[in-house]
Amino acid sequence: MNPILSATQSTYAGVCLSIGCLRRTVVPMIDLGAIDVLVLGAGNAGLSAALVARQHGKRVVVLEAAPKHMRGGNSRHTRNCRCMHAEPTAILTESYPEDEYFADLMRVTGGETNEELARLVIRQSVHCPEFMGRYGVRFQPSLSGTLQLSRTNAFYLGGGKALVNEFSAAAERAGIAIVYDAVVDGIVLDGDCFKSVAATIAGVPASVSAKVLVAASGGFEANFGWLEEAWGPIAGNFLCRGTPYNTGKVLKSLLACGVQRIGDPTQCHAVAIDARAPKFDGGIVTRLDCVSLGIVVNKHAHRFYDEGEDFWPKRYAIWGRLVAQQPDQIGYSVIDAKAIGAFMPSVFPAFRADTIGELATQVGLPADALAATVSAFNDAVRPGRFDHTILDDCGTEGLAPNKTHWARRIDTPPFFAYPLRPGITFTYLGVGVDATARILMADGLPSQNMFAAGEIMAGNVLGKGYLAGTGMTIGSVFGRLAGEGAGRHGRH
Amino acid sequence: MAVIDPQPAASLADEGARQMTICNACRYCEGYCAVFPAMERRLIFDRHDMGYLANLCHACGECYFACQFAPPHEFAVNIPQVLAQVRTETYRDFAWPAVIAAAFNRNAVGTALTLALCIAGAMLAAAGFSGVGILTLTAPDGDFFKVVPHAVMAGTFGFVGLFVLAALVVGGVKAWRSLGETAASALRPAAWGEAIADALTLKYLSGDGDGCATTFLRRSQARRYAHHLTFYGFLLCFASTIAGTLYHYGFGWHAPYGLFSLPVVLGTLGGIGLVIGPPLLAWERRRADAALFDRGHDRLADALIVLLFLSGLTGLGLLVLRGTAAMAVMLLLHLAVVMALFLTIPYGKFVHPLYRLLALAKYALERRRPPAHTLGGD
Repeated sequence: MNPILSATQSTYAGVCLSIGCLRRTVVPMIDLGAIDVLVLGAGNAGLSAALVARQHGKRVVVLEAAPKHMRGGNSRHTRNCRCMHAEPTAILTESYPEDEYFADLMRVTGGETNEELARLVIRQSVHCPEFMGRYGVRFQPSLSGTLQLSRTNAFYLGGGKALVNEFSAAAERAGIAIVYDAVVDGIVLDGDCFKSVAATIAGVPASVSAKVLVAASGGFEANFGWLEEAWGPIAGNFLCRGTPYNTGKVLKSLLACGVQRIGDPTQCHAVAIDARAPKFDGGIVTRLDCVSLGIVVNKHAHRFYDEGEDFWPKRYAIWGRLVAQQPDQIGYSVIDAKAIGAFMPSVFPAFRADTIGELATQVGLPADALAATVSAFNDAVRPGRFDHTILDDCGTEGLAPNKTHWARRIDTPPFFAYPLRPGITFTYLGVGVDATARILMADGLPSQNMFAAGEIMAGNVLGKGYLAGTGMTIGSVFGRLAGEGAGRHGRH
Repeated sequence: MAVIDPQPAASLADEGARQMTICNACRYCEGYCAVFPAMERRLIFDRHDMGYLANLCHACGECYFACQFAPPHEFAVNIPQVLAQVRTETYRDFAWPAVIAAAFNRNAVGTALTLALCIAGAMLAAAGFSGVGILTLTAPDGDFFKVVPHAVMAGTFGFVGLFVLAALVVGGVKAWRSLGETAASALRPAAWGEAIADALTLKYLSGDGDGCATTFLRRSQARRYAHHLTFYGFLLCFASTIAGTLYHYGFGWHAPYGLFSLPVVLGTLGGIGLVIGPPLLAWERRRADAALFDRGHDRLADALIVLLFLSGLTGLGLLVLRGTAAMAVMLLLHLAVVMALFLTIPYGKFVHPLYRLLALAKYALERRRPPAHTLGGD
C-alpha cells in the first residue's frame, strides 16, 4: 500500500493528502492540510512529542524518513531507559537518587554537560516508565538474571522496536498522521520563526508548512560524508550500528539557518564491534565483549592499549575510539579456549586455529609478529588469582602497555580471534535548547516556534562519553517537553 | 572475510542455529517466554537444543513483531516460524513406528479423513456380513451395543488405545532423551508440578494477562480460550468414556444412560467444547500473521482440528439421534472418527501436549540448576 495513503487513513478530517494525480501526471500535489505541529522523526522522542501535542488538541503530522518496517530511527535498537527512583518499583530495584545519577553523568562526560538540563532530565526521568506505559509500552520485571542494570535502568519488554510499535499504534489511534518515506531536505525559517520544510515524500518533492516544528530526527551517524568531514578519511572504515536514515539533513539545515550549535562533531557513542557487521543496522548483535579476556592487536599484530583497564561499560565505551586510532581502523581480539563461555556470544563465528601462527594466517595478520606479541605477553603475565567479576590481581609486568587485570597466558588451544572495527551508535553534535525544549538561536535567544528532542539535542546533556540508557531518557523527557511546548503554542 | 549469510542456511538445523545465534547475541526478547531464558543458558544450538526450544515455543508471535532483525532485515530472523518448522520435525523424529509418521506427514488431513472413512466402511461391511442390517436397523431404545457389540467396541478401542499408548511412551522416552534428561531427573515432583501448571493454564499464551499477539499488536486471550475449550473438551469426553467403562464393568449399569447421568453430562460438555474450540483455533490461525507459521506444521494442525471437531460433532449428533433410525449410522461414523483420531495421535499434532509438557518440565528442571555460563556485558 502507498505509505501516504495508509498514513491518511487514520488521520482526522482537517488533514488530507491529495495524491490522486501522483501516479498519472508529472505535476504531483501533496497537500497535508493545515498542520499545527509538524514532528520530524517517528522515534521515541518524536512520537512522545506528537502524542503530548495531540493531547492539547493540536493537529499533528509526523514525517518519518524511513519506510514503515524501518521506522523509529535508533529507538528500534534500544532496550532501556535510565530512571531516577527513590524506592524499589516493579521494574527497578533499590533506589537511584538524583545526586548519584548526576554524579554518574558527570563522571562519563567529564563535566561536559549543561547542569540545568541534566538535572531536569534526571528529575523528570522518574516519570518515563509511567509515560511510556500509558501508550502501551510494557516493561519486564527487574529480577532478570542476565541484566546488570536492573537498579538504574527500566527495560521495556521486547526492546525498542516493540516500544516504537506501541507508540506508533497509540499515535494512529489518537489521530496523528505518520507519513513514512518522508525525507526532509531543508528547513525554511523567517528569522527565528519556522515556516516550512522542503521534503521528498515517497519520491515526490513537497513543501510542508506548520505552526510549530518539533525536530526529533536524530543525529548524522549514517552520513559518512559528514563523518569524514569531522574525522577525516578514517571515518570511511567506521560502521554505523543503527538506522541508515539518520543522515543529519535536518540538523545540518537548522545549523545553517542560524540555530545554536552544541557539541563537537567528533563526539559520539562508538564501540568496538565485530568488523564483519553490515555497514548499517547491525544493531546490538554485532557487539563484542571479549576484549578483557585476551589481548587486542592492530594490523601489525602489536598491542596498543591496556585490555584489562576497567569493566564494561567503560571498557565498552572507549574501545571504538581506540580502534579508530589504529592503522586502517581495525583491531583483532585474540583469546584462547579458557575465555570461551565467559563473554556474550557474538553473532559471527570466531576465527579458530590450533596454533597462533595458523590463527594469524586465517585473519591476515603477520604470523611471526603475532607469535612474538603473544609470547611476550605470556612471559609478562605474573601469577594471580583470576576473577572476572572484580579488578583482580592478574596483570603483566614490563610490557608497554601492560594489561593491568585479568591477564592470563594465551596458551590453551584452540585459539580464537575476532576482528574489531569502530561502530558508531549516535552522534552528539546538535542544536541548543532551553529547559522547555525550545530551540535556541545562535544568539542564545529562544526561537519562536521550534522545539527539539532526542539525539538531535542530546549533546546539551551528553558532551562526551555515555551512560547506558540516558539516550532514551533524554528523548522521552525532551519529547514530552517539546510536546507540551508545541501543545501550548499560540495560547497565552 | 566471512560475513553472515542473509539467506537461510541449507538445512533446517543450520538455519535454526543461525537464527538462534543472532537471537542469543541480542536477548531483547528474554521477558516474553521460556524460550529465551532457555536459549541464554546455551552458546551453541545443536538439533537437540533446537528441538527443546521449538517445543517450548507456543507461537505467540511477540518476538517476531518486536524483532529489529526480522525480514526484510538482512539477518532475516523469524523465530516463531523456524521453531514451528523444527517442531514439525521433532514430531516426525520421535514418532514410532516411523513408517506411519512419514505417510501422515505427507498429507495429514487426507490421511486422517481417509482413515476415518475406511474404518466406517469396514464397520458397515462387517455389520452387513454379520446380518445386522445396519442401514435399516432401528434401535428405539438407543442401545449402541445392538449395532456394535460391546465386546467388539471395547476390544478394538482397547487394542488401539494400547497401541497408541505404546507409541506415545516410545515417543516420550525418545523426546526425554533428546532433551538430555535421564530417568532420575524424570522423578522431580516440584519441576513437574510447575510444568503441568504452566501447561494446564497455557501460561505462555497468556502474555501475563495481555494475551498473545499473533496478529500485530492485537493481543487477546482468544487463542488461549479456544485451546482451553478444545483441550478440556477432549478431556471431558475422555472422562465420559472412563465413566461409561466404570458404569459398565464396575457397577454393571448398561448403556444407554440417562441425559443427566455422568457419562452423558461429561460427554455433552466435552462435545460442546470440541465443536466450538477447534473451529475457533482454526479461525485464530487464519487470522494470524502468516509469517509466524510453517505450512507443514499447519497441515498437521488442520488434521487434528478437523478430527477433534468431527469427534465432537458426531458425538453430539449421536446423543440427539440416539432414539432414531439414524442412530446406527451416526454411531458408526462417530466410532470411525474417534478411531481415526486415536490412530493418528502418535503421528500428528496431537503429540504436541506430550512434547511441550516434556519441554516445560525440562525448563523447570533447568531453572533449578546453576547456569553453565556466567557472561559479562549487559
